[in-house]
Amino acid sequence: MQPFALIRPTTLLAARDRVHEHPRARLFRAGGVDLLDRMKEGLDAPAELIDLRTIADEKSLRGINPDPAGGCQLGALVTLAELAAAAELDAVLREAAGSAATPGIRNLATLGGNLLQRPRCWYYRNVDLVCLKKGGDACLAVTGENKYHAILGGGPSFIVHPSTLAAALLALDASVDIAGDTPRNIPLADLFVGPKQDPTREHSLGPGELLLRVVLPPAPPGRRSAYAVAKEKQSHDWPLVEAAVSLSLATGVMTQVRVVLGHVAPTPWRSREAEAVLENQAPSADLFRKAAAAALAPARPLRHNAYKLPLAQGLLREALHRAADLPLPE
Amino acid sequence: MSDIPRISRRSLFRGVGSATLVAGCAAKTPTPAPAPGLDPAAPPLAGTALGPGPAPLRFTLNGAPQTLEAAPSTTLLELLRHQLDATGSKLVCDRGACGACTVLVDGAPQPSCMTLAHDVEGRGVTTVEGLATNNQLSPLQRAFIEHDALQCGYCSSGMLMSCQALLNRRGATDAAAVEHAIAGNLCRCGTYPNVVAAVLSVAKGGA
Ligand SMILES: Cc1cc2nc3c(=O)[nH]c(=O)nc-3n(C[C@H](O)[C@H](O)[C@H](O)COP(=O)(O)OP(=O)(O)OC[C@H]3O[C@@H](n4cnc5c(N)ncnc54)[C@H](O)[C@@H]3O)c2cc1C
Ligand code: SF4
Ligand code: FES
Ligand code: FES
Repeated sequence: MQPFALIRPTTLLAARDRVHEHPRARLFRAGGVDLLDRMKEGLDAPAELIDLRTIADEKSLRGINPDPAGGCQLGALVTLAELAAAAELDAVLREAAGSAATPGIRNLATLGGNLLQRPRCWYYRNVDLVCLKKGGDACLAVTGENKYHAILGGGPSFIVHPSTLAAALLALDASVDIAGDTPRNIPLADLFVGPKQDPTREHSLGPGELLLRVVLPPAPPGRRSAYAVAKEKQSHDWPLVEAAVSLSLATGVMTQVRVVLGHVAPTPWRSREAEAVLENQAPSADLFRKAAAAALAPARPLRHNAYKLPLAQGLLREALHRAADLPLPE
Repeated sequence: MSDIPRISRRSLFRGVGSATLVAGCAAKTPTPAPAPGLDPAAPPLAGTALGPGPAPLRFTLNGAPQTLEAAPSTTLLELLRHQLDATGSKLVCDRGACGACTVLVDGAPQPSCMTLAHDVEGRGVTTVEGLATNNQLSPLQRAFIEHDALQCGYCSSGMLMSCQALLNRRGATDAAAVEHAIAGNLCRCGTYPNVVAAVLSVAKGGA
């Protein structure tokens, strides 16, 4: 890694001001897992890292706290290990957090950094290649090796969003609190920027803006949820495909159904088509099969990733069966 | 996932080659954005700044206080191996992906290649060198030998640290918990079953 200065601000404002002055040369650092990876590869070479973990005047950056509106707030610096162990959180979130990366990485990696990590596309991660994401004029994945790329919502770039937590949090209707020139709360879905809008970025934070916390609204009565994932290795790997589901079963029919697929699209992919099939219906294996087919109907695979279609359908069905507590058919 | 064809290095680069042809742009090597001259008249910082040159660092390594200097860009693994001659922690992937460099920081296992040296300021680090006492191998180390839990040994120091953290935390344990604890330690020699047996034997009080 090229030399850099390590800044340990004690106030939120000091951290933000520091980055705001030189947003290209000074980067926020949380757990540092994605950042060090990028710096070791030569993709980023900041002059300064601004460590968020020394900020002392903003308590809500840490821990899981009650939200005034009745739900809870997850500090941006909460680690994946803490999320996985928090019994008060919904199953979909605990399962997702506990499945990502490795136990050692989960002790370092934070919620904020996980949502804001850069994509895993190997053309992006290779410093010698210049694709659309790095200001070049073509997506190298279209004609190259696209086994891990998008089957939904792709173009002109075909990354899949790398965050496992994003899919789970979207299924829980999360929003995010942002500290910026205009402090704001936005739906989590609006944090993500798709390639049609701008292929060079994945999130909407401005220079020096900081993700403070994720806010979860109160759960509807009888909410149940589940997360299902397939990887090439059971541990160590980012998902090939993942499915996050939440639904309310208070009255015998499913309401407030949320269906999110991860690692299929440039942003975490909420399937309104599948939700429409499921909403206000009694759970059944047949219905889940229909919902899975509806979710993947708009998919357009590239040359090497058509396997993701049946995989996503299977994982979505598994998550639905587990959430509704209906035994999986053989 | 056996039905998915494996990608060879060659086919990846063939793909890259045709892509660059079609795109009509030769691969350029972008130099990372150079650091702009930082404003010397910037307001005083609420907090501290270290480096970019060597900066003082204090922590405890296997119980012994250390006072030294390291540049902020030094990883904990580099500090251990190059400055402190503690070469038990191994460098393999340098990307947090294999666990060979696992150490305990205040008791929690983490990859030292993805930890900056300065992150352990004021904290306690335990490496594989810290397991033995008075030249006597620890019960876990003896169990690894007893159960043939290492072959080439490259993953073993990291494996030992993940397993020791589990034993410290739980004492009694079961196979599933051991498998979970070593889920970040890649062993290309496939010693996993013997590692599990070794840890379970220590948890039961034998070696
Ligand atoms: C072997 C391995 C396997 C992995 N598998 C998975 C997986 O299965 N699923 C998954 O989701 N991830 C996986 N990861 C990625 C890992 O989870 C992320 O790298 C990690 O969560 C990033 O968090 P961090 O705190 O380390 O972020 P950092 O590296 O510190 O930051 C990441 C980016 O976000 C910015 N940033 C961080 N926090 C804030 C904030 N609060 N406000 C504004 N900007 C901020 C930083 O400037 C930086 O650009 C894996 C990583 C490894 C090494
Ligand atoms: S998918 Fe995106 S990051 Fe990957 S090559 Fe295409 S433009 Fe680049
Ligand atoms: S060398 Fe640190 S995890 Fe592989
Ligand atoms: S013993 Fe060889 S890598 Fe584990």
